[in-house]
Amino acid sequence: MIRLEKRPTPSRLLTGLTPILAVLLTMIVGGLMFWILGKPPVEAIRIIFWDPLFDPNFAAYSRPQLLVKAGPLILIAIGLSMGFRAGIWNIGAEGQYIMGAIFGAAAALAVYPKESALIFPAMIIAGAFGGWLWAMIPAILRTRFNTNEILVSLMLVYVAESILASVSQGLLKNPEGYGFPGSRNLQQYPSAANVEILPNSGMHWGVVAAFIAVIFAYVLLTRHTRGFEIRLTGEAPKAARFAGVNPTRIIVFCLGLSGALAGMAGMFEVAGPAGQITIDFNSGYGFTAIIVAFLGRLHPIGILLASLLMALTYIGGELAQLMLGLPGASIQLFQGMLLFFLLATDVFTNYRIKLGRTKLGGSQ
Amino acid sequence: MDLGGLNLFVLIASLMVSATPILLAAIGETVVEKAGVLNLGVEGMMITGAVVGFAVAINTGSAPFGFVAAAIAAALLSLTFGFLTQVLLSNQVATGLGLTLVGLGLSALIGKPYEGLKSVVLQPVKIPVLSDIPGFGRMLFSHDPMVYISLIIVAGVWAWLKFTRAGLVLRAVGENHEAAHALGYKVIRIRMLAIMFGGACAGLGGAYISLVRVPQWTEGMTAGAGWIALAIVVFASWKPWRILLGAYLFGGVTVLQLNLQAMGVAIPVEYLSMSPYLITIAVLVFISARGNQNAPAALAKPFHASN
Repeated sequence: MIRLEKRPTPSRLLTGLTPILAVLLTMIVGGLMFWILGKPPVEAIRIIFWDPLFDPNFAAYSRPQLLVKAGPLILIAIGLSMGFRAGIWNIGAEGQYIMGAIFGAAAALAVYPKESALIFPAMIIAGAFGGWLWAMIPAILRTRFNTNEILVSLMLVYVAESILASVSQGLLKNPEGYGFPGSRNLQQYPSAANVEILPNSGMHWGVVAAFIAVIFAYVLLTRHTRGFEIRLTGEAPKAARFAGVNPTRIIVFCLGLSGALAGMAGMFEVAGPAGQITIDFNSGYGFTAIIVAFLGRLHPIGILLASLLMALTYIGGELAQLMLGLPGASIQLFQGMLLFFLLATDVFTNYRIKLGRTKLGGSQ
Repeated sequence: MDLGGLNLFVLIASLMVSATPILLAAIGETVVEKAGVLNLGVEGMMITGAVVGFAVAINTGSAPFGFVAAAIAAALLSLTFGFLTQVLLSNQVATGLGLTLVGLGLSALIGKPYEGLKSVVLQPVKIPVLSDIPGFGRMLFSHDPMVYISLIIVAGVWAWLKFTRAGLVLRAVGENHEAAHALGYKVIRIRMLAIMFGGACAGLGGAYISLVRVPQWTEGMTAGAGWIALAIVVFASWKPWRILLGAYLFGGVTVLQLNLQAMGVAIPVEYLSMSPYLITIAVLVFISARGNQNAPAALAKPFHASN
């Protein structure tokens, strides 16, 4: 008889080891999946995880892409991890990301074509505000009416997508765009462009903001009372209430922070790699960031590493599409599987396996 | 009977068709949640059902086979959720989200070769005599079999939960799993079966979208229907007949919205297409503001026999 016995405290060693185990399991099962699809499994895994970084033909292009893709994932996942720690489930980061991009782009396009050093900072504030505003809807509904924030935040993604479609064909449409949907290209607007800081590094201002967010989150969680309150609310809600932690404040803070960070990520994306508001501007970073947050064990440094890994699967996935004709969706499945394996292996951090029968009258 | 260019009978008939996917998914999820399990992966199971149902129907040339295959595929997928949450005691919210992400990826992968194909038609069943009633006959009694099957499932779930011993046990497990365990009921086995039932229903709902409502396969075609089904379970306070009400109300909104789009009303299309989601939010707020939501007491709580 195999049974599980709860550990008195979660294993620290396994907390760090399970993500690695989950990645290995995903590689094995993913390889199997590629084999079923009639693709060479080992080669496919190598193309996804190794070639983007080390193959001389691709590395020059792929390495900078790593930071470009990881930047928004880090920003969004850092915000989400705060809420997840406190048991507040914001799964609508995709919508907050879209709203941040719309607000950020709108701020710039409102003053186009004026040039000023103040425009870019104003766009950052506008982007963060857009995301924050969108996250405040589930926050206020939750705190005022006790409405489930999971469903509300998710529904708002679809609403944001509709707004995106509307503004890219109306309000923010490029007047000189020959009638095509989509805004002006912000890359061609010097004051608003989110440029690469170091040439060929992929390092843009969004990545800088992501690194700042990591440091900020680390300090908040380990050195600040608010971080302690967040952890307490998630791990022992009753104790938190007795200790005088105000649940409303925690909900508003966590949702607001994650919304603002997701909004900023959207703004940096629209002003940089994407360049313009289009109907299909969003590419699912808001959902992938959920996987990143868990893979990174809701810890800032872990999230940093997990984002880089997830960015690698994006780039490697594109490469595998190109080289092996692997369907694009298989990477999406690959990422989903990773979350599944992580959740599955997680049991060993909190429980240990015992063989043999339970003794009657023993510890129950 | 015309209402400014909208025929009420036709409107109600198309409302029933439009509501059926959500109705199926929501009634399945009701059973799951009544057993104390929160499966947020409805969207993922629906889309898997949609693609598997479509693929099997095309390959066998039979829509009923498609539905059966969709139910089986989605039930198998839900089994992974069951294994993770019930045996490996993973967090139900996170695992449900994972299930949705896996389902979306899996369906896109399976569905690639089927894009742009026309589906096999599911023949409507004209119920004899009743379907000849003018107006009402066309509105209520000339649908495809899945519309009636979904209604039978709702009635069956209601009767099963209310009148049978097994239904009572399932509710007991959902209200207090420790007490149910102490009485000797197999909490995990019961929950696994409930999860699979929920999966099968979601699969049927998904297949209904790809085989009847649309009817073709496009990536991400469920477009949040699974999440709306989850919202309807809350709206219905976990009561089967109210699920029917909620789903049909929602179907009505969707149909009305589509009709208004077709009629070229002066409201931009984007605002009309976001209305179902906004109305869902409004309904959720209304229900939660009223308090006393009747949620099963052990909902989303992990169960481990040794503590």
